[in-house]
Amino acid sequence: MRKVETVVLIKADADIVTARQHGRALAVEIGFSRSEQALIATAISEAARNILQYAHNGEIVLDHIKDGDKEGILIIARDEGPGIKDTQLAMVDGYSSSGGLGLGLPGIKRLVSEMDLKSTLGKGTTLTIKKWKMWNSHAQQND
Amino acid sequence: MMQVPILKQGNYLIATIQSALTDADLIQLRDELAARVGQYRTRGVVIDVTVLDVIDSFSVRTLRAMVQMLKLRGAEAVIVGIQPEVAFAMVQLGVTLENEATALDLEEGLVYLDQKTKVKDRHAQG
Repeated sequence: MRKVETVVLIKADADIVTARQHGRALAVEIGFSRSEQALIATAISEAARNILQYAHNGEIVLDHIKDGDKEGILIIARDEGPGIKDTQLAMVDGYSSSGGLGLGLPGIKRLVSEMDLKSTLGKGTTLTIKKWKMWNSHAQQND
Repeated sequence: MMQVPILKQGNYLIATIQSALTDADLIQLRDELAARVGQYRTRGVVIDVTVLDVIDSFSVRTLRAMVQMLKLRGAEAVIVGIQPEVAFAMVQLGVTLENEATALDLEEGLVYLDQKTKVKDRHAQG
């Protein structure tokens, strides 16, 4: 299928649209249902927005992944921004260090299967997201 | 810049989003609608988001601000055309449009505005 990952540089608000369009295209290719495509595109949008808001620039990496009989999409949002002081607190619902802009990471978490946050103060942040395709999903045939 | 066409129909304005919008495009639409309702003395506005495949936290905040600004300018506004999978993603993400009017499509949106502005007219006369 695909051999090369897609990298979208995030530097301006238009790049958010580009990133989620690439993500949706890949999700279609992998065979996600329409509902799942919307969840993926929304997760990418929020992740790219975080980069722009906190680090001003960074990148979104998209890839097709497989693990045993699971198949899905990998989304990495990476920046070299200020980093997050308390990554556990950042995962608490309702917490936002920027004063209420954006829904933060718990919102993204609800859209995907797995999410991992790694951050070093002064070095940057890497958010790794995985969304697995529902096995033999009926939704896919109905859409 | 993606211009969103704003059509004037009687006392209403209809803004139909034609493609994915950047944050700047959405803000431009918000400001333009707020200006146009004064220019045309508009009573109601339909914001048609049928083509949007993602409504994220920023879009929701901006749509909310748009509806509230229009209300402050004396016009009722209704958001129409949120697609089922977009609605699902919004619910999962945790964003809502609870205080803003929404309707299934343009037709339902116009019915909503007719009802809303009729009530207003009656009060104005009585």
